[in-house]
Amino acid sequence: MNNGKTLVELEHVSQVYATGRKRFYAVQDINLNIHEGEFVCLLGPSGCGKSTLLRLITGLQRPTEGRIGYRGQELQGVNPYASIVFQTFALFPWLSVQENVEVALKARGVPPKIRTARALDLLDRVGLDGFENAYPRELSGGMRQKVGFARAMAVEPELLCLDEPFSALDVLSSEALRGELLELWLDGKIPTKTILMVTHNIEEAAEMADRLIIMGTSPGRVIAEVEVDLPHPRHRKAPQFLKLIDHIYAILAGQTQPEPVEMGTAPGKPGITRWLPQIQISDLVGLLEHLSESSQPTYDIYQLTEDFGADSDLVLRLIDTAELLGFVRVGQGDVMLTPLGETFSEASILTRKEIFSTRIRRLPIFQWLMNMLHLAENQSLKRDVVRAAIELELPPADAEKQLNTIIEWGRYGEVIAYDDETETIMLEPLVGHSMATG
Amino acid sequence: MHYLKAPIYELKQTTREFRWSDAFVLLTITALLYLGVHFAFHAPEVVQGPGIVLEPSALPYYAFRSVVRMGAAYLLSLTFTLIYGYAAARKRRAEQILLPTLDVLQSVPILSFLPVVLLGLSAVLHERLAAELASIVLIFTSQVWNMTFSWYQSLTTQPMDLREAAAILRMNWWLKMRKLELPFGAIGLIWNSMMSWAGGWFFLMAAEIFTVGDRDYRLPGLGAYLREASHQGNIGAILWGLGTLVLVIVLLDQLLWRPLVAWSEKFKLEMIEQESHGSSWFYDILRSSRLSEKVSAFWERMGERVDAWSLRMWPFRPEHAEAQRGHGELPWRLFIVLVLLLVGYGTLRAVHLLVQVELTQWLDILQGVLMTALRVIIALAIAFGWTVPLGVFIGMNARLAGWLQPLVQIAASIPATALFPVFVLMLIKLPAGLNMAAVLLMLTGTQWYLLFNVIAGTMSIPQELRYTVTLLGMSRWQKWRVLILPALFPYLITGAITASGGAWNASIVAEYIEFGGRTLRVTGLGDLIAYSTAQGDFPLLLASTLTMILTVVLVNRLLWRRLYRIAASRYRME
Repeated sequence: MNNGKTLVELEHVSQVYATGRKRFYAVQDINLNIHEGEFVCLLGPSGCGKSTLLRLITGLQRPTEGRIGYRGQELQGVNPYASIVFQTFALFPWLSVQENVEVALKARGVPPKIRTARALDLLDRVGLDGFENAYPRELSGGMRQKVGFARAMAVEPELLCLDEPFSALDVLSSEALRGELLELWLDGKIPTKTILMVTHNIEEAAEMADRLIIMGTSPGRVIAEVEVDLPHPRHRKAPQFLKLIDHIYAILAGQTQPEPVEMGTAPGKPGITRWLPQIQISDLVGLLEHLSESSQPTYDIYQLTEDFGADSDLVLRLIDTAELLGFVRVGQGDVMLTPLGETFSEASILTRKEIFSTRIRRLPIFQWLMNMLHLAENQSLKRDVVRAAIELELPPADAEKQLNTIIEWGRYGEVIAYDDETETIMLEPLVGHSMATG
Repeated sequence: MHYLKAPIYELKQTTREFRWSDAFVLLTITALLYLGVHFAFHAPEVVQGPGIVLEPSALPYYAFRSVVRMGAAYLLSLTFTLIYGYAAARKRRAEQILLPTLDVLQSVPILSFLPVVLLGLSAVLHERLAAELASIVLIFTSQVWNMTFSWYQSLTTQPMDLREAAAILRMNWWLKMRKLELPFGAIGLIWNSMMSWAGGWFFLMAAEIFTVGDRDYRLPGLGAYLREASHQGNIGAILWGLGTLVLVIVLLDQLLWRPLVAWSEKFKLEMIEQESHGSSWFYDILRSSRLSEKVSAFWERMGERVDAWSLRMWPFRPEHAEAQRGHGELPWRLFIVLVLLLVGYGTLRAVHLLVQVELTQWLDILQGVLMTALRVIIALAIAFGWTVPLGVFIGMNARLAGWLQPLVQIAASIPATALFPVFVLMLIKLPAGLNMAAVLLMLTGTQWYLLFNVIAGTMSIPQELRYTVTLLGMSRWQKWRVLILPALFPYLITGAITASGGAWNASIVAEYIEFGGRTLRVTGLGDLIAYSTAQGDFPLLLASTLTMILTVVLVNRLLWRRLYRIAASRYRME
């Protein structure tokens, strides 16, 4: 469907968030073209800046650096030819379904009669006839998002932007809605020329898009582009589709590097700081047990998402964690349990804690924290102090999350203790440790 | 049950301590006070107020005048709220000054302003007009702050996705206000309007009659009627007056506020269907009537026209949603310099006036602060003493709450200032009667708010926790210590903040009374303010008024906010 005419051009686009005197790149040096007739997906883990990129392209935000063009003209403010379907639907709760769609036309000065006719027609097309007078809160999530689609399409945008449109829906509704959107798009029932979708769900992206733009984190950047030339409808079990998925996982999960590279450096040290992935330890244990129970020596990562019925994003973070701790090795979209990982998954609860403890003590970030604690009075530090230190390298919200993860891991491994009441981080007395070594 | 929701809006208020801007705001108030005092020197020597008739047949007219007065002040408050809130929320520069100003102004005891405002206005205007304006300004200052805060908060807490949707849909400012901002702020504005009316009655009662030396300012109204009735010791007239007042308040509640609350249900943001707690028979009648259909159809047509016109007048400006803040540099600086100069001059003159206050008078002021503080503490203690057990009892018994609540609401709706003449009449002959009357007045102004908070706090305790406590077989004392008191703590603090502010305020009418041709005084800061007004001792008036403002602000910042922060961080039921 790509007829080559360029719709959106991004040249060296960066978006910087400043907190106080510090600057963080949400996305850095993005170069990108989107053409007429394309269905493009921005795919990447959470925090890679894909939603920011969508807001830049629609003109909701202005890039700090670089140039964004639309049909050859530099974008000035909100792009009049674009509209957005939001992850959270963004419907006005006090307007009825019909009013929510009509308000889009009203703002563009369309007179009432034409407006009503067009709104009713659109609601009909997305399968919401009979619900015109309902309020959004009376509808199910899937139906709400249909209103979101109808509203976005009401103004007949050339560029339809979808910001994680299915991720707030349950599995069945999102499956149904995906199918319906593809039908509208492929049969040309909507005047939209180009669709740009943001998602973290690999299967979803591979099922729908003509081209995937894969993004990585810190800073948000494009790491790969994958053309998808499979015909629609794409079957998720088809060998070619699985091959594609495997390929994408291989890109996103990367290749296990030698330990020093994998572990990165501590905050404040030269080199790339290795932050901890945001995961629950119980999920990690679950993953390792699952791997050790299977008889295969290596395991396809995409297979894991299916086994768990989990988000690809979560599975990738878990594998990242296991890799960091030396429990698995990753390569070409496959994951393999190391002997240490094997031991861990078969060990008792206490032994697991000891193994975990010895592993995280090797991580630069824990060495950094414990070193600070050793030097501190009473071998304890206020939470705020540590957070301030992390904030030198991370934006405040991320620093907070990172600190929570550090505390959770440290508590599980009994490396540090934390007092909620006084918000103090302390060095765990070495009792637990001597047991582990002795 | 609708009063129960109110504290939530209070809970969101900022919990900072001092900033440079606080000092600026205090200086501005000082300068303004000086301006008032400056004019007050030129107030006419003798003012004769209109006679107040005690015939019950005159009551409808008086009630009408009072309601109109309240309405005028409320409209003023609403206009101010919308503009001020917008400015504070949308212009970052304005926010830096407007927000702390609001913060200080809302903790300033408003009654202490009355004499200054009244005398100042009567120097430049005809005294009837001055009295009318002064009462409206006073009611306005009692109504406006919480409304403005609520509006400001709703403007700054709009969900990001809805704002982005408004931008991507290219709504111009008018459509955005109509479809997003006003609906989103509606619930908060309506609740706070109700609170403001309740507070307004309190001040209306106090502001309709005021005697300063030979100047007798009166306005035809319910407050003046009640005062005159007690002045003459006419019990029948007092009862007639109180009855009318309660009737007016109940009517307004049933015919205006409840329908509004029921209507505002549709502006809830939650996407989950919830049980509604605003039902109104009057709203149901209105909604099902023919007339309302016609009115709403007409309304819709008008809205359509205005929308179309606004789109022609102010087309959507394709600017970045993020970059809407900031404005001209030079005019702003000039404005700041001008304001600073004016404030500086006013402060200087005020200081000049303050220097005339003698040391003994300062000692009097200090003594007054202590005595009034003592009365406030006693009033608060009594209020806590009975509202906590009763409130918990009501809150734990849903059925009891069902029929007690309306009664309590009616009792609470009577403004304390209206009851005051009655107290004086009852207690005047007892030893220390005036002291008791003063404490009682503070109490009536404060206890209801505490009671509502206690009930709300009790009802917020999750049922599982109550079961757990019972299953664990805890003794009554343990139950209070482990569950009830911690759960109530944030609600008690919120209630106490408002209550203590109200009590300080009430001291001005409670500590100095002219009754049956005699002047009755008890030592206190409120007495000093009222006395210096009566004597025309403007330096003392300025000194004592400033002291009261400073005291209340200090108590709020140093005591209540700290407690509040503890409450908000440690004892939240979430």
